[in-house]
Amino acid sequence: MEKTSEQIQRDLVRPLYRTGTAYWIAVAFCSSLVLAGVSAFCYQLYHGIGVWGLNSPVFWAFDITNFVFWIGISHAGTLISAILRLANATWRRPVTRCAEAITVFALSIGAIIPLCHIGRPWLGYYLIPYPSERHIWPNFRSPLLWDFFAILTYLTGSVSFLILPIIPDFASIRDTTTGWRKRFYGALSLGWEGTPRQWHRLETAMHIMAIVIIPVAVSVHTIVSWDFAMTLVPMWHTGIFGPYFVVGAIFSGIAALILAMALLRKFLHLEEYLHPIHFQNLGKLLLTMSLLWFYFTFAERLTTWYGNGTPEMTVFWFTIRQKFAPFFWTMVFCNFIIPVPILAIKRLRTITGTVIASSTIVIGMWLERFLIVVPSLERKFLSYSWGTYRPTWVEDTLMASSFGLMALLYLLFSKFVPMISIWELKAGLPEHTPVVAVEVPAGATNLSARESPFPGGVSS
Amino acid sequence: MPHKWAMVIDLDRCTGCEACVVACHAENNIPTAGEDQAARGRTKHWIRVERYWEGEFPNARIRFQPVLCQQCDAAPCEPVCPTYASYHTSEGLNAQVYNRCVGTRFCANACPYNVRFFNFYNPVWEKPLNLQLNPDVSVREVGIMEKCTFCVQRIHGAEIQAEAEKRELKDGEFNPACVQSCSPKAMVFGDLNDPASEVSRLAKSGRNTKLLGELGTLPNVNYLERNS
Repeated sequence: MEKTSEQIQRDLVRPLYRTGTAYWIAVAFCSSLVLAGVSAFCYQLYHGIGVWGLNSPVFWAFDITNFVFWIGISHAGTLISAILRLANATWRRPVTRCAEAITVFALSIGAIIPLCHIGRPWLGYYLIPYPSERHIWPNFRSPLLWDFFAILTYLTGSVSFLILPIIPDFASIRDTTTGWRKRFYGALSLGWEGTPRQWHRLETAMHIMAIVIIPVAVSVHTIVSWDFAMTLVPMWHTGIFGPYFVVGAIFSGIAALILAMALLRKFLHLEEYLHPIHFQNLGKLLLTMSLLWFYFTFAERLTTWYGNGTPEMTVFWFTIRQKFAPFFWTMVFCNFIIPVPILAIKRLRTITGTVIASSTIVIGMWLERFLIVVPSLERKFLSYSWGTYRPTWVEDTLMASSFGLMALLYLLFSKFVPMISIWELKAGLPEHTPVVAVEVPAGATNLSARESPFPGGVSS
Repeated sequence: MPHKWAMVIDLDRCTGCEACVVACHAENNIPTAGEDQAARGRTKHWIRVERYWEGEFPNARIRFQPVLCQQCDAAPCEPVCPTYASYHTSEGLNAQVYNRCVGTRFCANACPYNVRFFNFYNPVWEKPLNLQLNPDVSVREVGIMEKCTFCVQRIHGAEIQAEAEKRELKDGEFNPACVQSCSPKAMVFGDLNDPASEVSRLAKSGRNTKLLGELGTLPNVNYLERNS
């Protein structure tokens, strides 16, 4: 059953060379979604935000829901991958790269949305603290500014975290190909020769990044939650929001990761690399997060109920008993009642089972964000100025296109980068275990670029 | 001593005639939303008269409450603006710098009184209404927030006039458009730092309350509760 080094190389590089019709159909479909989104945005830019369903007092709705949703999805990757690397969980090897790619793409989409949602996108650069001739600085007290810096930091970190461990794989493709690919991957591999010094540096860099990225990821979604918690709005102004959002983010992130892995497994024929055990292990993590999510939701609601403040209880009942009750209870079903039995019973925790649970969780977590943003704004303090929100086709299109963009970026990425880390997989092969780490003089290049001299892989 | 502009609204005197609303629209170049936009919840009134019913028909009583920007001393809208478009002036006003606003709408969500308004579209005035635009007030373009300024153009105008004549501002020398047009004289505007001003005198009334005062926003609009 164990693969040899050559088989691994061949299997994982194959998708870079062979492209089927299904791939082009998928690319065309996703591109048309993205194009529709771009058109909708141009339409909005020409007419104004009025083409959305927003009104007074519901000034945020689908835009911020999707923003929080995508930033949440981005917590799959880097965080999971960093924790598994630090815990030295060997089963992580085929999982990390798909996870890290989700982070980078979902975060990029999350970062684009605020730019589309502001009233005058052409002035978005006002948020950058550049030395202006009028000595005007951005307002460092605003959670939106913290968001700006947190997302920028996380994006920079995640891109490095994704690219660092791809370098040896780029080099190994470079060494086994010809033509434009040789030049292309030669440039991308940044002069990687596989010397012990380079391996050592990669190991150090990955170790530092894995440690640094965890607090960054936690801070990002905490700060996103503070966009709400730092106001007086009923049901927004609560201290639980920071950890609640982080838990929700990791929860939806793992679900997205399982869905991505299942799709990759099917379409890139990676059945022999992504085993049921990977889905089972991630399923256990997902189960933990589902229970945690329920705990936080329950704690938040129970505290509000006992507090019994009039503005809070208005929103509370509005969400769970009145207008938004269908959405609220769908959310509870999707995030807790359906996935928990599937993930808790070993017989059901199969690939199909985890995929079903993940699908409902992604829907449930989108609803969760919607239920945080909209009901509170519709029922804010003075009953005379209560409002009602209904999305328009522009918002629907923009939302659909954000999913299209995610899929498109993922599709393109899988065409240029092996979706499973080749060298890390090889480092886990038994043939590598007897290798003795010896002092190799710096600059020695007798080791293949593809093979790590460190038993058990470089990253710890 | 700098001025501290404030308002007192006597709810016993308000008849709900909405003259203040009309005056505000005319003074501050606020376009009317139109039937379609109004149905979509996009009316823009820097001041509105809220109506609340007490009891059931035929024993119902109606209660009017004019609500405008409360010019809070601890304004929730100010710290959340990432670009300082929403900021506090030395005279205690919550100013909105239109040029600086990028339209995140965070301030409007943070405001508990819902008195901040967003330009969903570019404003239009049907002819000949375009000829009545006030030259002292800038017209706001699409994508930015706007709100009651306590008619800051009148405040500045009066201050400049007084300075030119080398004298102090007199109490009641000028008024925001809403106060000026209030025929039952339910609204009084003035300087709280002037102990002799009408506003200071009325603010000491035992009937004085603040709208959503429990939130701690320290509003500068005072409401005198109904006795009748």
